[in-house]
Amino acid sequence: MKELKLMKGNEAIAEAAIRCGTDGYFGYPITPQSEIMETLMAQQPWNTTGMVVLQAESEVASINMVYGGAGCGKKVMTSSSSPGVSLMQEGLSYMAGCELPCVVVNVVRGGPGLGTIQPAQSDYFQSVKGGGHGDYKLITLAPASVQEMADFVELAFELAFKYRNPALILSDGVIGQMMEKVELQPQQPRMTEEELIEKYGSWATTGKTADRERNIITSVELASEEMEAFNYKLQAKYKAVEENEVRYENYMCDDAEYLLVAYGSSARICQKSVEIAREKGIKAGLLRPITLFPFPTKPIQDIAKHVKGILSVEMSAGQMVEDVKLAVNGSVSVEHFGRFGGIIPSPDEVVKALESNFIEG
Amino acid sequence: MKEEIIIAGFGGQGVLSMGKILAYSGVMQDLEVSWMPSYGPEMRGGTANVTVILSDSRISSPILHEFDTAIILNQQSMDKFEEQVKPGGILLYDGNGITRHPERKDINIYRVDAAEEAAKMHSTKTFNMIVLGAYLKINEVVKMDNVLKGLKSSLPERHHHLLPLNEKAITRGMEIVSEVEV
Amino acid sequence: MDIKEIVKEENLVYKKSMVLTDKEMHYCPGCTHGVVHKLIAEVIDEMGIQEKTIGVAPVGCAVFAYDYLHIDWQEAAHGRAPAVATGVKRLLPDKMVFSYQGDGDLAAIGTAETIHACNRGENIVMVFINNGIYGMTGGQMAPTTLKGMKASTCPFGREPQQDGNPLKITELLAQLPGTSYVTRHSCHTAAAVRKTKKALRKAFENQQQKKGTSLVEVVSTCSSGWKMTPAKANDWMVENMFPFYPLGDLKDE
Repeated sequence: MKELKLMKGNEAIAEAAIRCGTDGYFGYPITPQSEIMETLMAQQPWNTTGMVVLQAESEVASINMVYGGAGCGKKVMTSSSSPGVSLMQEGLSYMAGCELPCVVVNVVRGGPGLGTIQPAQSDYFQSVKGGGHGDYKLITLAPASVQEMADFVELAFELAFKYRNPALILSDGVIGQMMEKVELQPQQPRMTEEELIEKYGSWATTGKTADRERNIITSVELASEEMEAFNYKLQAKYKAVEENEVRYENYMCDDAEYLLVAYGSSARICQKSVEIAREKGIKAGLLRPITLFPFPTKPIQDIAKHVKGILSVEMSAGQMVEDVKLAVNGSVSVEHFGRFGGIIPSPDEVVKALESNFIEG
Repeated sequence: MKEEIIIAGFGGQGVLSMGKILAYSGVMQDLEVSWMPSYGPEMRGGTANVTVILSDSRISSPILHEFDTAIILNQQSMDKFEEQVKPGGILLYDGNGITRHPERKDINIYRVDAAEEAAKMHSTKTFNMIVLGAYLKINEVVKMDNVLKGLKSSLPERHHHLLPLNEKAITRGMEIVSEVEV
Repeated sequence: MDIKEIVKEENLVYKKSMVLTDKEMHYCPGCTHGVVHKLIAEVIDEMGIQEKTIGVAPVGCAVFAYDYLHIDWQEAAHGRAPAVATGVKRLLPDKMVFSYQGDGDLAAIGTAETIHACNRGENIVMVFINNGIYGMTGGQMAPTTLKGMKASTCPFGREPQQDGNPLKITELLAQLPGTSYVTRHSCHTAAAVRKTKKALRKAFENQQQKKGTSLVEVVSTCSSGWKMTPAKANDWMVENMFPFYPLGDLKDE
């Protein structure tokens, strides 16, 4: 049954986590995402679905509890904001190295350091380029609405298990704190151990039974040749992700002469900028990457063929713009516009930046 | 139809919950809605504001720098948001504690002395509903029965006995709001 | 007598536990790890819990512990074993879960995870190998290195003003309400080995009875790190380690 609610993005994450049958959540409070664990604790899902919810002593501990639960083949997640996600990078590198699926939510705030608690998008590099040590990637989804916050929890779990890799929901303080209408899916039961094995294979540590070999979750391999072979395997997996999982949305791009590229809350702002620009007679369009890794390289290349300039808009000093530039590879001029440190750009500012970069003089 | 509203005042005045009730009323009327608060330390004893957008089509930016309506409940917010009302837009304010009254001539200015009225009703908590009533009188963006449904949905069940008092406060706000000539 | 006449079932006095794999151990001669691995394997064997036990291995010399016990394992990042074990046990409460950690892992880089797992009373077994040195990385100072004891990062002996004091983490953990059984043993004599095994058995039984955290410390030698023969290392341990880390139960509830 369709259930329409008004809720914050953070609350939607928690509700969706319970409803899609998540087995466990481990986290540590940090603004602006504390409502996620608060909502879970208020719902007490351990009484209904059997979902485990635990407040850990740190983000270091939470990601390692996620590691333990994920190693048992369970659907386990955590959430945090920028400084906390920095602390999780060790665990995420290990999980990528062990090929463990999990979902991590980063409700980004401005940095560096303790920074601000206001929204930002300055963790793009950390999210899509690996973040921790070693050659690995996180499958990264960028929700732009409260509905997508809810929908992407299940999607992130699906992708994480399909590729046996951590998946990240890269949100920010705007999407986390704002309320919108959201349609929640009905409660799904948690998968049993047998169902998990049936669907994803028997690689998890559930106790070595007589009918199978031991399962060992590890990322250590001291023989360099074998470590290189494993790295090739990882790279092949990331290539498959790039080939199969690119998601994006176009807004008024068909006749666009100028293209904005923006994700998450910046994409919402840019949608308004497109409207304002069109009222002024500037044919602007917006491409919104929904997956940041894999990045929508090909769709941007295609649009680049018929536009005069591309403006990458982020609440950062210019991070995603590098991937946009790599995508078009010099075929058209690419510029960056951003506010950061917790400042959110206005739709008008974006239009002015578009004009000053490509149209005036 | 699209109405872009900022509600701004002190933390503790019920700014965020008033916005939430307005947004919920929009949901009841089958509108698209967004509610975007200021958050963090500034909420604690300082200024609080929330942007509410009601629209019959998909909402783009939830964060705005100009508004159709500004509902202003303290002097700091007056200083910040008077300029951000679109020409021809609405500025509704409570006169309590206001030392510099609005001066623009290209917008429609209304005043509701809600703090004073709430004191008369012996319930300071009705303050934000008096303001909401005043706004709905000026601009009926949502129908009264949807407001009552929205109120019910956004209040926790343990507070449902307060629904009649809140309804009374909304009605009172409608009665006492007045237009100000600059 | 022909050898075939000797090798008979009725003459069998000792047999390697089936829970131990056939992999040759990488530990140095005289190292305590091998003995403790064997004891855990025997306890798992005797309790009949091989199919439901999940081990969490550390970073340190025992990083490859998973090569030697025939059970499912997770290899944790340095110090994170108690958090990983928490995740495993919370998601699979019916399984038997233990962490196996050295002094650097448990008492330095993983102190927070150790204390909080014990304080929550996670229903797990923690096995703590304390040899007062970092053997894996070449003999650096550990949190439990004794005063005056030499290590490659305190080559003139541990000096508290410069290097801090040796940490009695086991005493600290015994204070926490979540721990039900905290005990300290060694493996330098046959009798000591038998006592250690009994302690491990009790710790696993506590987990079956959902008693909370059981911690078994084994004061151990590191012949290579200490630069002594195995026999000399045992003597040195008795003389120097035991006075500071006395053996026996610290808590049994």
